[in-house]
Amino acid sequence: MADHQTELLKTALYDLHIELGAKMVPFAGYDMPVQYPLGVKGEHLHTRAKAGLFDVSHMGQVRLTGENRVAELEKLVPGDIAILKQGRTRYSTFTQDDGTILDDLMITNAGDSLFLVINAACKDDDIVHMRANLGDGVSLEEIDDRALMALQGPEAANVLARFAPAVADLKFMSFAEIDIAGIACFVTRSGYTGEDGYEISVPNDRAEELARKLLAEEEVEAIGLGARDSLRLEAGLCLYGNDIGTTTTPVEGDLNWIINKRRREEGGFKGADVILDQLANGADRKRVGIQPEGKAPAREHTQILNSDGEEIGEITSGGFGPTVDGPIAMGYVAIEFSEPGTKVDLMVRGKARPAEVVALPFAPHRYFRG
Amino acid sequence: MAKKFSQEHEWIELEDGIATVGITDYAQQSLGDIVYVELPEVGKKLTKDGDAAVVESVKAASDVYAPLDGEIVEVNEELDANPALVNEAPETDGWFFKMSLTDESQLDELMDEAAYKDFVEGL
Repeated sequence: MADHQTELLKTALYDLHIELGAKMVPFAGYDMPVQYPLGVKGEHLHTRAKAGLFDVSHMGQVRLTGENRVAELEKLVPGDIAILKQGRTRYSTFTQDDGTILDDLMITNAGDSLFLVINAACKDDDIVHMRANLGDGVSLEEIDDRALMALQGPEAANVLARFAPAVADLKFMSFAEIDIAGIACFVTRSGYTGEDGYEISVPNDRAEELARKLLAEEEVEAIGLGARDSLRLEAGLCLYGNDIGTTTTPVEGDLNWIINKRRREEGGFKGADVILDQLANGADRKRVGIQPEGKAPAREHTQILNSDGEEIGEITSGGFGPTVDGPIAMGYVAIEFSEPGTKVDLMVRGKARPAEVVALPFAPHRYFRG
Repeated sequence: MAKKFSQEHEWIELEDGIATVGITDYAQQSLGDIVYVELPEVGKKLTKDGDAAVVESVKAASDVYAPLDGEIVEVNEELDANPALVNEAPETDGWFFKMSLTDESQLDELMDEAAYKDFVEGL
């Protein structure tokens, strides 16, 4: 990972971030906006109220082609990709032989290819993993000439439809190649905020033009990584490296829903023996929502205790939710403590503080399902 | 007495032997939206550069250090209900705590406003 300012990569929107007054931070080897002058809280609330524009160009975009692409990818993910119709998108994970998670990703059936979006910090490893494990009849192309931005919030559809009426008809987790303001984009109705919205893959050389057009709409503000994190935490969505990773399986991560009946019956993906055993017999621990009582946030790595003061787990993401107007967290607890309503204690600065296991999300999802 | 400032971005104002302590405008701007302040208990003994309080933004928790040796005599209860006061009025209504001082001469080690301004500009 780059640790000098000069070695950081820049996205196609870098100059625009600087012009907008963003505070830039190193993130996964990129120089990225953590917040703009509006501030994390203001940006968060604006996204839930109207629409926010996020630069997520640091994420990896990959295209798989070739006649065996579906069958070969299914060896690496527990999701049912064969069932995915053209123009549909699915969330899944790359699993390892021990059942743990190498990355989480979005997989779209783009017709003649599979279009993948993978995490910035994992993308080099993911590509090595795919090249090493995808068999014959699949070609992998890393798409490095396209930026990725997300437009999220209840006004996102109204705003984007002004430039491309066709986006209004896309349903949640659907994909289409659509010209937006005359620019050829890959548009997915998806996101990482819990709100309705879109993720838009756009050629690098047109990215700034499109971002400026969207930001010129009165409903739209630029949103940094700070609010992206608080929005996804309120939405109960996992941050790879915190809430899921190479020490957790999809079952422990409460992601059973990504594994359908056929894949449970057939297996045939990395780590299937471990994961299918956990599906059948249960895992020892589980990712849950944690609601601290009072106002003190509990951050990642905070110990979770039972009423006897014994450690039963750890917070993996924790902070303040501007929409719920209080501290929120998620973490792993031993399975017998995973029922919503279970009282636990959080060790914050040497003091046990009461909290409760709660159902996720903290802020209701508002996806457009048509 | 005119305000004094620490390198840890606290301001200190002495009146009748009691020092009022808060964080500077520069500090609140760097921290961003403050959502929680954990204040020490009245009677707690503080050691210069030791932990005194914790201030939390949406994203992170930051320690506030004691600028001087002494003992907490009062804390700003307003911050419990309205931590954003630290953003809105960091150097007035957003004060953190008042402390009695063990050794007033420690104040001489702190910066005056002009020196603090130079210090911040050099960061």
